[in-house]
Amino acid sequence: MKLFPVRGGIHPDYRKEQTSEKAIVALPMPPLLFIPLQQHVGAPAQLLVSAGELVKKGQMIALCQGTISASQHAPTSGRIAEIAEVAAPHPSGLPQTTIIIEPDGKDEWADLPEPIADPFAADPQVIRDRVAQAGIVGMGGAVFPAAVKLNLGTQYKIETLLVNGAECEPYVTCDDRVMREYADEVIDGARIVARVMGAPKVVVGIERNKPQAIDAMTKAAAAFAEVEVVGVPALYPMGYAHELILAITGRETPAGKRTAEVGVVAYNVCTVRAVHQAVRFGRPLISRVVTVSGGAIREPKNVLAPIGTRIADLVEFCGGFATRPESIVNGGPMMGEPLPTLEAPVVKGTAGILALTAEEINSRPASPCIRCGNCVTICPCGLSPVEISAFVRKDNFEGAAKMGVMDCVSCGSCAWVCPSHIPLVHYFNYAKGMLNDLERERRKNERVKTLAEARIIRLEKAAEAKRAALAARKPSPENTPSGNGSEAATATTEEKVNA
Amino acid sequence: MSIASISKSGPFTHAPNSVQNTMFTVLLALVPATVFNLYLFGWPAILLFTITVVACVAVEAACLALADRPVVATLSDYSAVLTGWLLAMSLPPWAPWWTGVLGAILAIALAKHAFGGIGQNVFNPAMVARVALLVSFPVVMTAWVLPHPLLSSKAPGLNQSLSITLGGNVPDSVSAASALGYVKTELSRGIPVSESLKEFSRDSALTHMPDMMDLAWGYKAGSLGETSTVLILIGGILLLMRRIISWHIPIAMLGSLFVMGSLFNYVDPARFAPGLFQVITGATFLGAFFIATDYVTSPVSKKGQLIFGIGCGVLTWLIRTFAGYPEGVAFAVLLMNGLTPIIDQYTRPRAFGRNSKGEPLQLKEKP
Amino acid sequence: MLIAISSLTVMGIVLGSLLGAAARFLAVQENPLEEELKAMLPGSQCGQCGYVGCSQYAAALARGDTSVTLCAPGGKAVVEALAKKLGVTADLSELEEKGPEYAFIIEGLCIGCTRCIRECSVDAILGANKLMHSVIAEACHSCGKCVKVCPTDAIVMVPVRVTLANWHWPKPEVEHIQSKPKVGYAH
Repeated sequence: MKLFPVRGGIHPDYRKEQTSEKAIVALPMPPLLFIPLQQHVGAPAQLLVSAGELVKKGQMIALCQGTISASQHAPTSGRIAEIAEVAAPHPSGLPQTTIIIEPDGKDEWADLPEPIADPFAADPQVIRDRVAQAGIVGMGGAVFPAAVKLNLGTQYKIETLLVNGAECEPYVTCDDRVMREYADEVIDGARIVARVMGAPKVVVGIERNKPQAIDAMTKAAAAFAEVEVVGVPALYPMGYAHELILAITGRETPAGKRTAEVGVVAYNVCTVRAVHQAVRFGRPLISRVVTVSGGAIREPKNVLAPIGTRIADLVEFCGGFATRPESIVNGGPMMGEPLPTLEAPVVKGTAGILALTAEEINSRPASPCIRCGNCVTICPCGLSPVEISAFVRKDNFEGAAKMGVMDCVSCGSCAWVCPSHIPLVHYFNYAKGMLNDLERERRKNERVKTLAEARIIRLEKAAEAKRAALAARKPSPENTPSGNGSEAATATTEEKVNA
Repeated sequence: MSIASISKSGPFTHAPNSVQNTMFTVLLALVPATVFNLYLFGWPAILLFTITVVACVAVEAACLALADRPVVATLSDYSAVLTGWLLAMSLPPWAPWWTGVLGAILAIALAKHAFGGIGQNVFNPAMVARVALLVSFPVVMTAWVLPHPLLSSKAPGLNQSLSITLGGNVPDSVSAASALGYVKTELSRGIPVSESLKEFSRDSALTHMPDMMDLAWGYKAGSLGETSTVLILIGGILLLMRRIISWHIPIAMLGSLFVMGSLFNYVDPARFAPGLFQVITGATFLGAFFIATDYVTSPVSKKGQLIFGIGCGVLTWLIRTFAGYPEGVAFAVLLMNGLTPIIDQYTRPRAFGRNSKGEPLQLKEKP
Repeated sequence: MLIAISSLTVMGIVLGSLLGAAARFLAVQENPLEEELKAMLPGSQCGQCGYVGCSQYAAALARGDTSVTLCAPGGKAVVEALAKKLGVTADLSELEEKGPEYAFIIEGLCIGCTRCIRECSVDAILGANKLMHSVIAEACHSCGKCVKVCPTDAIVMVPVRVTLANWHWPKPEVEHIQSKPKVGYAH
């Protein structure tokens, strides 16, 4: 298949060999599971259980609410120990409402919904409902509710379903292992999604540094004419959906638009596999494969972990720390976020947990920019990081916005390549946060203005009503205002003003 | 368990590069040409070279100390060494010591630290110093000498060298014209370029090596480090291979200079020097690979770099051909340095999903 | 000499009159400014700036009599918008120190006098006579007028809590090797 050129990109040291040849191993059930109500983009799910209640494996314990949301399910059978505020797997370490489950060790399944016998004959709505019911979200990191994305098929004409197996982040190999070990399930899930979307074609994009995964997927796809497996160049950030779509279809998604606008929708391999399990077996999304790797981990592994596993338990299963890690990263080293605590749980979007040593991070104090222009050359978004960061450093957010900081996807290529080790992505994240704050403040001011205006109108109306009531009461023949009276009234007003 | 500091956002891996590495590689790339030329011009050149580099580092240290910035940490980025090195390479080889010292002050204090230090200067420091010295001391700065290779019979001894560099006592007999200067002077006397080129070859004190190949190898009169086109090219190729520079500026500059030279030489060979002569003489190669490519003072985008390179080439040709000075690389680079912010502004890359005006792309047809 | 002097004089006169003409004919109309400034202000007439209402503050700003940083409810966004409109640089340092806040009624202290309700210019306080009042945090624009009128000091301004939804990365602390860490100055 002919590929199209993409812009920018870097060749980081992939360091995938630490885990790429290690088969997925299941984590023994940890003593406690922590299921946050929000593991996705959108509104948090609504709590369905209370402390002390007994739950079965796969039972829904929190229900999606609002248009963009996802339900949560119990990963095993047990007792709800507590509903508490627990640190989120987030750089701030702020707490969020979390259901804590004490597993009973029986791992008993709840009554699952019936498998859909022939998903290719079923009504697409049935499958959409099933995916929503299973609480599936994008597992590549975007954590967008998959069922909502499935609806795009009704609004746009989708030509191609792109299964994203690029996995361009260094270290992370969970998609690679899933494609090697469960290729049939991935292909089946992809075909189901394509059918729901009305997409006639399925393309699986895999970076060429994963030849075994390409082989396995090609073999699994051989029986289906509409499925094509394509090897794409190993060039970070090829796994960024817009970039991968550009490489495979040559179509550039307009800024601020969905990829569906150009007739392509991208799903991560783990996500389509979760769809396969929900449709074929009625199983909700209650576990995922997590790559635990990095120089500070004693035995790097790909672990099948129940959602809600404490990261500390996961690290312990992998032999703990061999040396003191410089940073614990949630996700890949390029776009992942630092974890302030190991108490946070594994969630649906957790693809990797990395414990990195100082040598691996190779962080140095920043020195002044020498304008080498490398960041401009490699930016996949066609931005000019050197200029944007200059604006942000001076807290000129409007200037930064004009230079396109909001178009930045924080892929980290610029900061990776910068010889001066300037934390460019950190600058951009800060600017994006500040711009969002300003936007929120602006919207609030607008609301305040309407509220204040409404109040003035209300007060005026009330005053009017009072006057009218007064007028209605007054006009008896004796009390007709006389010249004197009105003069007195004027005098009083004047006195008041002068006073 | 609380771990590590979380004050930093990603990425948590980094390319194995640094400012120090970059500068060091550039210095390494300068070594072949420098060693050859120090050999060619002997002890006076070695003394001047050392004085200039040391002076630059000293001025940088003084400026940093005055600005209350960390001295040692900043000096170790080698940028002052590089500036001094490039400045030394552009001085006449037997120039007196004070040109190096004054040049260092002009380059580091005036052109670099007055603008805010590394990364902030608008103009290339070494070229600012070169031009300032040239317009202030035109005689001293154009006192070229013939090659006096070390260990050869002509080479001045250490004592004489000290007297040349520290005392400014350059014997009259050794003076020579640079190729560009010679052609320019002869032209002003009414001798056509084609004639003077032949004449220069014969005249060239190197009685035995007269042709273009000799000019290219660098066995000729000229600045301390600029004469060997071939050795500078080797350094340039090293920079290209290590991806310190991209091909855009050097190729655009050399190409445009060659095209301008050849074109006009074709029109009137008596009035205009040939393109190849333009390219392999003077500071052209050093300028194209080491001066114009200076990160700080050149555009950041590839398109901008092409424009910048072409501008340097065309201006060099214009200045050499029509202006009062025989050599124009330094002036051309400085002029283009001044245009860099504007070039940068107009050559910003197109953002993903947007047109060149920054508006979101319009979909032609709903697919 | 004479030629030089006279030519410079002529040039001076010509250029000077050109500038004068430009100032006259290309002058910017200033009248709409007040209206535009007023539109930028929150319009809640809280009076925290020291003027009677937003229109008066806008008028003072248009005259150039006052600072752009006085609008407390407007926050940083308004200050920046005003500063940009007026072409001045705003000193945001004071605003930085005080993050966003909202009014909070301490339940035990509220006696249900409704004074704060009458005072609130955005109807952000719920309650009735003799009943406990409470503030709708999303509507409150932290003008602080209610705090002043409360007879029992039951209203306090509390900072808006940082949550996962509104947290963002702080400005990076770049350890530039170019800048020495500042040593504290002794007073």
